[in-house]
Amino acid sequence: MDTLVDVLLLALSAVLINNLVLKYFVGICPFLGVSRRVDMAFGMGMAVTFVITIAATLSWAFTEFVLRPGAPISTAVWQAVNPDSTAIVDLSMLKYIVYIFVIAGSVQLVEMYVRKFFPPLYKSFGVFLPLITTNCAILFACLMIGSAKHIGVDATEPWGLGYALVYAIGGGLGFTVAISIMAGIREELDLCDVPKCLKGVGIALIVAGILSLAFMGFTGVDKGLGKLLR
Amino acid sequence: MPQKLPTAGERFLNGILPENPVYRQLLGMCPTLAVTGAMAPAMTMVGATAFVLICASIIVSLIRPLLKPHLRILVFTLTIATFVTIADRFLAAYMWNMSKTLGPYVPLIIVNCLIICRCEVCGSKQGVVTAISDAVGQSLGFCVALASIASVREILGSGTWFGLQVLSVHSEENPGGWFEPWSVMVLAPGAFLTLGLLLGLVNWYADRRKTAAAQAN
Repeated sequence: MDTLVDVLLLALSAVLINNLVLKYFVGICPFLGVSRRVDMAFGMGMAVTFVITIAATLSWAFTEFVLRPGAPISTAVWQAVNPDSTAIVDLSMLKYIVYIFVIAGSVQLVEMYVRKFFPPLYKSFGVFLPLITTNCAILFACLMIGSAKHIGVDATEPWGLGYALVYAIGGGLGFTVAISIMAGIREELDLCDVPKCLKGVGIALIVAGILSLAFMGFTGVDKGLGKLLR
Repeated sequence: MPQKLPTAGERFLNGILPENPVYRQLLGMCPTLAVTGAMAPAMTMVGATAFVLICASIIVSLIRPLLKPHLRILVFTLTIATFVTIADRFLAAYMWNMSKTLGPYVPLIIVNCLIICRCEVCGSKQGVVTAISDAVGQSLGFCVALASIASVREILGSGTWFGLQVLSVHSEENPGGWFEPWSVMVLAPGAFLTLGLLLGLVNWYADRRKTAAAQAN
């Protein structure tokens, strides 16, 4: 029961309270670039959710088995080379390079899959699909999962795969929610009389500010709900 | 050659204002919004980004005859990731508190589109000297942009600038103070609003300059 509540709260916190875009400012480029039409925005959000899930799983596995201090695979390799050594192997310095490799690989995979099985979707994404590699939201989620300290949730030791997956999917859904709301507002904005100098990105940023103000209203909901449910 | 590429001097001057990375090219928005709650973290971020941008531009410019088109972006990213690791280790070793304040935004320099874009536009096409001057110019432009946003947010949000008291903030120790800090400015919405309004201001000024120039002709 407690685990279920934990998972529920973690998902809620990732989707609404600690929204990747509106609280941590990651993934701003697609948030401003692909938010002109709702269907495109929703597709982009789904693609990001998909990539974030794959990349988070892979980077969790790399952190757990290779990169963290005393990880099984790196220790085994080290001891095969130096049988007498008792040193603890710590490769965590390499994590940025490994994560970015993992993300680039998963984006390539998704691109190939979408091109083969959903050609119309592939055409409508165009240049944005490869650009997911440089979407900071994905690297941010991988870093959160790989580090021992987690924002919004008290955790003293690294997460298990289950929590990591919940966080990744929740983060991706939060991105989808934010970008879809934004696209809906911007479709209406096209009909409004915006001052010339604010047209385009300027007014989009101001709308995002108001949206982020609205999302701040969720702050503390997870703590209260947790007290109620436990 | 289809078109003449800008020279080193032009690259340097273009980076500061006419092609300002944040206001004109809309690159590197994540750090621009995330670390500008106060001047000190913003300037540390500028330092780290400038270091990575300059080093990555030099390396990319040196290896540009070897680059294969389809592997280009991967090579850029790996070069950048290496230098970001160096910068991150340096900050953790010598500026521990700042490194904790910036948190995940230091590794996020890897995916800062500013650096990848400059490597692509300038580093992979022109020589080392031009690449360095372009990187320095873009870093200065990034510095100007972050400094302007961070100044607005820190002065309005906490009444200080670089931690120095600028406005007389009302508090229990200082009952004569007249300024009530706008706490929303240091939170997430303030970042979006400040950047949006400053962007509007820059566009308005650029438009006015253009009309004035058109009328003068």
